[in-house]
Amino acid sequence: MLTPELGLIFWTTLAFGVLFFVLTKFAWKPILNSVNARESSIKDALDEAEKARLEMENLQADNERILKEARAERESMLKEAREIKDKMITDARDEAQKEASKMIVQAQAAIESEKKAAMAELKGHVAGLALDIAEKVVRDELTNKDKQMQLVESMLGDAKLN
Amino acid sequence: MPTNSIKLLFLGLFLALSFNGFSIENKSIEGEEEELNITEMILHHVVDNHSFHILDWNGHPVSVPLPVILLTDNGLVTFMSSEFHHDEEAKVVVEKKGQRFTYYHGKVYYANETADASGKYVTLDEEEHPVNGRMLDFSITKNVFSMFLSMIALMLIFIGSARAYRRSEDNVPRGIARFTEPLIMFVKNDIAIPTIGEKKHGKFLPYLLTIFFFIWINNIFGLIPFFPFSANLSGNIAFTFSLATLTFIITQINGNKEYWKHIFWMPGVPVPIKIFLAPIELIGLFTKPVSLFIRLFANITAGHIVILALISLIFFFKNMYGDVAGYAVAPVSIAFVVFISLIEILVVAIQAYIFTILSALYFGMATADHDDH
Repeated sequence: MLTPELGLIFWTTLAFGVLFFVLTKFAWKPILNSVNARESSIKDALDEAEKARLEMENLQADNERILKEARAERESMLKEAREIKDKMITDARDEAQKEASKMIVQAQAAIESEKKAAMAELKGHVAGLALDIAEKVVRDELTNKDKQMQLVESMLGDAKLN
Repeated sequence: MPTNSIKLLFLGLFLALSFNGFSIENKSIEGEEEELNITEMILHHVVDNHSFHILDWNGHPVSVPLPVILLTDNGLVTFMSSEFHHDEEAKVVVEKKGQRFTYYHGKVYYANETADASGKYVTLDEEEHPVNGRMLDFSITKNVFSMFLSMIALMLIFIGSARAYRRSEDNVPRGIARFTEPLIMFVKNDIAIPTIGEKKHGKFLPYLLTIFFFIWINNIFGLIPFFPFSANLSGNIAFTFSLATLTFIITQINGNKEYWKHIFWMPGVPVPIKIFLAPIELIGLFTKPVSLFIRLFANITAGHIVILALISLIFFFKNMYGDVAGYAVAPVSIAFVVFISLIEILVVAIQAYIFTILSALYFGMATADHDDH
């Protein structure tokens, strides 16, 4: 039992050799190649997924940045608009103020000149009236002495009142 | 489903073991000494044979004849083992090419001219070993037959697995490859890579895979107790010796400068220690494969012997103390056999693993770079 039989050694070596070459060629190599191919394809897929995830993250960051910029722009635009509005209101008010004061000055000047004209006309009327009155008085006086006196008196009185 | 197949396996186990039992019983009826008979029966089952004994039927052995191939002094001689008529006591002589052959305890001898007093054609020495001459024996024995069977099984399983990959477009295994892939990956990731390293393991992986599955399947075939299995091939020293020798040769062929330096001129120690270590390392070179083949041989053979001995207990008790004792011992004996068989299922896988991982370890030592020194 403890002595190795040469026959069995021969057959074992032969059988193992045949088995080794057949299995290596037709089983181990194809199987290991398939498994390696699968493993590398799985690894590739995982890498791809990781890359996609990173890209997604970048995209998200970009979006956030763009959104932030847009918000800032809106803010600044609103501010500008408000300033323009305020400026316009102020300008308009100043313009109106100026126009109004100019109109007032013009109106005052017109009133003054109208007044002067009216005064001149009035003076003319008054002079004419005075001449008429003086004519009538003179005519009356020429008829009645007393009455002449009276008239002069009253006219003088009137003249004082004026 | 799994429980059913396990039940079936045990049913088969019991049936086959009971066949073995009958053969003991029949011999005991012949009136020979019981204890010697059990030892002989066990040894007969453990060692190789030129015919494949299946069972005894009505006291007649039923066996499958196998070809006997002898390289004699007069050239190649072939005949079927059935020409010995089941004789193992050198009582039958076969004449071929003018030569006379006889069969004694599993080996073919040149027969004597005449039989001795007990009818034997061999001359025995004091230890009952024949002194007759022998020839080179390349017979397809029970073990060789079993080995061919395991080769066919392995080729069917693994070439079938490879085909399963080819059929799928995405390299995802289908069918039998689903079962074999984890085993192959186990050898690759848990045996080859940790011991040899990621870079160099590819060169040795086919050898490691072949040896792992070759030993494992023959261990399993040895555990199945009925024809065409039950041969104790991986428990035969010639088988384990051959495989260990292959591992030894591959290790030495691939040994790099560092490896030989570590054997003959150990770096990093003083010169006297170097001189002291060299012979030890040189002996270690050879003890490694020796331990490899003795370990596998002893473990597997021991498993077979324990199971056979436990079964024999029933018949031993029956003959010593009568039928009742035999029936009383039977359930205990069977329970033990089931228990040991379960352990053996583990042991055969572990032994295949140990043989493979030690081979891988030797390859790793032979090819290591020793950058750390």
